Amino acid sequence: MTESDWRKEEDAILFQPIFSTGWRFYATVTVLGALVLWGVISYIVQYREGLGVTGMGFPVSWSFYIINFVFFIGISHAGTLISAILRLSQAEWRRPVTRIAEVITVLVLGIGGMNILIDLGRPDRIMNLFYYGRYQSPLLWDATSVTAYLTASSVYLFVPMIPDIAMLRDRCAPGWRKFFYQTMALGWEGTPAQHRVLNRAIAILAVLVVPIAVSVHTVVAFVFSMTLQPMWHSTIFGPYFVVGAIFSGTATLLVAMAILRKVFHLEDYLQPIHFNYLGLLMLVMVLLWTYFTFAEYLTTYYGNEPNEMRVFFSKFTGKYALFFWGMVVCNLVIPFPILAINRLRTIGGTVIASVFIIIGMWLERFIIIVPTLANPRLPEYAQGSYFPSIVEIGIMVGCTALFCLLYVLFSKLFPIVSVAEIREGREHTEEIVHKRLSRYAPGLGKLPQVNP
Amino acid sequence: MPRWGMVIDLDKCTACQACVVACQVENNVPFIEEKEYRRSRAISWMKVISETEGSFPNVRTQFIPRPCMQCDNPPCVRVCPVHATYLSPEGIVGQIYPRCIGCRFCIAACPYTVKYFNWYAYSARVPKEMHRADDPDVSVRPKGVVEKCTFCDHRLQKAKDKAAVEKRTLHPGDYVPACVESCPSKAMAFGDMADPESIVSQLARSPRAFRLMEALGTKPKVVYLSERKLYD
Repeated sequence: MTESDWRKEEDAILFQPIFSTGWRFYATVTVLGALVLWGVISYIVQYREGLGVTGMGFPVSWSFYIINFVFFIGISHAGTLISAILRLSQAEWRRPVTRIAEVITVLVLGIGGMNILIDLGRPDRIMNLFYYGRYQSPLLWDATSVTAYLTASSVYLFVPMIPDIAMLRDRCAPGWRKFFYQTMALGWEGTPAQHRVLNRAIAILAVLVVPIAVSVHTVVAFVFSMTLQPMWHSTIFGPYFVVGAIFSGTATLLVAMAILRKVFHLEDYLQPIHFNYLGLLMLVMVLLWTYFTFAEYLTTYYGNEPNEMRVFFSKFTGKYALFFWGMVVCNLVIPFPILAINRLRTIGGTVIASVFIIIGMWLERFIIIVPTLANPRLPEYAQGSYFPSIVEIGIMVGCTALFCLLYVLFSKLFPIVSVAEIREGREHTEEIVHKRLSRYAPGLGKLPQVNP
Repeated sequence: MPRWGMVIDLDKCTACQACVVACQVENNVPFIEEKEYRRSRAISWMKVISETEGSFPNVRTQFIPRPCMQCDNPPCVRVCPVHATYLSPEGIVGQIYPRCIGCRFCIAACPYTVKYFNWYAYSARVPKEMHRADDPDVSVRPKGVVEKCTFCDHRLQKAKDKAAVEKRTLHPGDYVPACVESCPSKAMAFGDMADPESIVSQLARSPRAFRLMEALGTKPKVVYLSERKLYD
């Protein structure tokens, strides 16, 4: 096939961003690149001067970077977990969503892990984790889980993409790109044997990534709950963090879908029903998150332990009340009615709810980490306060911009909606669904004649 | 094997801060600029904290000198990813500065908030002349690592060396941290908690004895004596 051929194909719009480049692409890359540069410069300043350039001190010795670490890792749950669950449950509507989700995971997970390195006082000694690593430390559990998840989700992103890469290889003019796709396609020809191996690999990976994904955010929570500190030492932190992670992850996925739909004109692929279904999932997460938060705070309040109560009231009515109630508004008060009322659960509605949830979940990470540190048991630091410095803000902006930039570059190299899966769906969905239904619905034994 | 411990009699303490100054000088604890102090980054291995009760005119303030509690079950050691903080066989919780990666997990995990971080290379920022007053037995800390009270561990090493040269065992009183040595009101005692006859063991059996936040199960080896128990 030649290069011009792709324009006549049915799914030409999915190849469009790869083969044609407009000024918008360059403008986006420039803006994002500048923001990333700001983050890089901020980090260079911090590396040379020390962590003193941040707003941290005693007793708030963990803040923005750890908050962002937890926040980004949370968002990374969007992708692989949702995609794996949708694949395993054979939800047919998953087809245009899976890749959009999986890319979020791989990119954000890397950036989340990076935030831990940014937070280190001595990043030059990172190899000590291998020389002197102690497995009793939850930080090493994190390192293990995050690397395992990053590996698994990268493979899980790559394997289903092989047929698409082969398609690109066949449509590409000779050059570095052709060579790149040719290498990445691993000799995919689409033979039945190859399809069998591929489907089996995807099925195994989908099962494998679910427990890894759950473990990642559980051990992130364990970093806090394994200490004895007031309002950290909680048994529900593991599942609470996992719920929060899927919550913020789904919100991010919805925002990404809306943006891609608009920018790449994917209206035919990403229909309102996709937003509706994911909105329903998010509604469940709103309720779960609220339930966990309620259980956590009521238990603390009822127990009335003095040290915990000081942290509790600093969140409820004290210095951090604005953040706490802001979190409640962003995570429950605004999204709940939007997602619960059918008429409001539209594309616009779910996106508005998602934006608030993303902000709310960042506030949640803040409200979990900072007030506990600011209220230690001994009263020596009565005025423990924290305000982020320009360096910390620069690095946070840089991290967010880096994520967007890598996402843009990914969508420039690979189709952001899986062409192979869309085509497979177009050809086989009816047959697959009918087969499944016929197993339990009486009177559906025979395949209706669709095309005589 | 001795278990080193400290007893602080709060009813004798006058809050004169001699222990704070002695510690600062003994351990090369860096002085920091006022700007840094305002960002609450002062390092103080030994710190006198105060607890005020009641309202005027019935006010009572208790001063509490607070070194590292040298827990037998230290939460900071448990969470360190690189074994940079450890519990020695003689019960001293130490910090390996050249190994610490500066993740500050131990700071977050310590219920007594006794661990401090070098946000900048503070030792390099003090005037050069002041380094002539440095204690040669204690390493100065680079930027980006955690530091803490070590019960003047270097004094233990010196005392052991001296005893070995003199071919004898360690006597009580051979090893005393700088803070205890400097206390003018004799409110502090130091010794071997494993020896039931030592002064610290005898004082620790007093009905006035308590440890900070004993319910946490950290098993501190700093025992306080007071008529009024605090944070126990």
